[in-house]
Amino acid sequence: MSEIKKFMYVNRRAPYGTIYAWESLEVVLIGAAFEQDVSMAFIDDGVYQLTKGQDTTGLEMKNFSPTYSALGDYEVTKIYIEKESLEERGLTLEDLQHLTWEDEDEDWAEKDSIKLVSRAEMAQVFADQDVFFNF
Amino acid sequence: MAIEIDGKSYETDEEGYLADITQWVPGVADVMSKEDDLELTEEHWDIINFLREYYEEYQIAPAVRVLTKAVSKRLGKEKGNSKYLYGLFPYGPGKQACRYAGLPKPTGCV
Amino acid sequence: MLHIVNKSPYDRNSLDTAVSYKVDGDIFLLIEDGVYAAMKGGAAASKLDGCSVSVLGADIAARGIAEDKLIDGVSVIDYAGFVDLVEANEKVQSWL
Repeated sequence: MSEIKKFMYVNRRAPYGTIYAWESLEVVLIGAAFEQDVSMAFIDDGVYQLTKGQDTTGLEMKNFSPTYSALGDYEVTKIYIEKESLEERGLTLEDLQHLTWEDEDEDWAEKDSIKLVSRAEMAQVFADQDVFFNF
Repeated sequence: MAIEIDGKSYETDEEGYLADITQWVPGVADVMSKEDDLELTEEHWDIINFLREYYEEYQIAPAVRVLTKAVSKRLGKEKGNSKYLYGLFPYGPGKQACRYAGLPKPTGCV
Repeated sequence: MLHIVNKSPYDRNSLDTAVSYKVDGDIFLLIEDGVYAAMKGGAAASKLDGCSVSVLGADIAARGIAEDKLIDGVSVIDYAGFVDLVEANEKVQSWL
């Protein structure tokens, strides 16, 4: 790969009601093989994707919420969550999964993947990216 | 398609992966490896069991790169490299081992 | 009249529209992403003020919403309850 590009996956849909959330996650995991600099943003209803305690047995759908914990293994370690989107929905970071990654270079030290940012800060994060995938 | 184990039939997809992961029994790996002319050793089972645990926890089959890193952490650096894993599973540790483990084709495998 | 809403109130205006047609005796059933409207502390919760609201239990469970996170007065129903609601209401509108 000649040049490392900054890929941003923008998630703004709730899980299960539509297929966007799962599609995005699959594309992220597949794309992670291409050794780009990957970030994910969760804004608007996208913040619902990461809520704790999801149980889809009554829907007969795959519960893919545990898969977000695998993102660290795929070296997706920059996960931006927008404060305003959480607040509008009556949520806090406490309601969301705690996502981490392990730093192989520091004896597998566990580090936080989630960064809570304001909308203004998110705009700056976006400004710093090269390619966008919107879901 | 399907495979037979002790008179019971297990449905597989067109690439030979088990259709329903919840039906998996160790015999699945035995029958599939026989078809590939591969004899399963304890080292093979370490990887197969690891994959099953990984799926249980994360609901996906890991990509080879992820598998390699995770094996390196769990079973040591001498096993966490593609040479060792391809030595065990010549058709590709992701695809072949996942198939034996009853998992779908790894996410990130094209 | 039974009003069924299956879209998130933060994504679509289906709930706003449905509520604006409310008359006495109407019932609102929230399913799929529609259930987010009934979460306590959300900006959309007040849209349901004065409404009789039911949510589908399987849909809140899938989304990790515990019953104590719902606004007061919401009934949680199962698929059989869904059928009962449809039977009990002569008219049904599904706001897509």
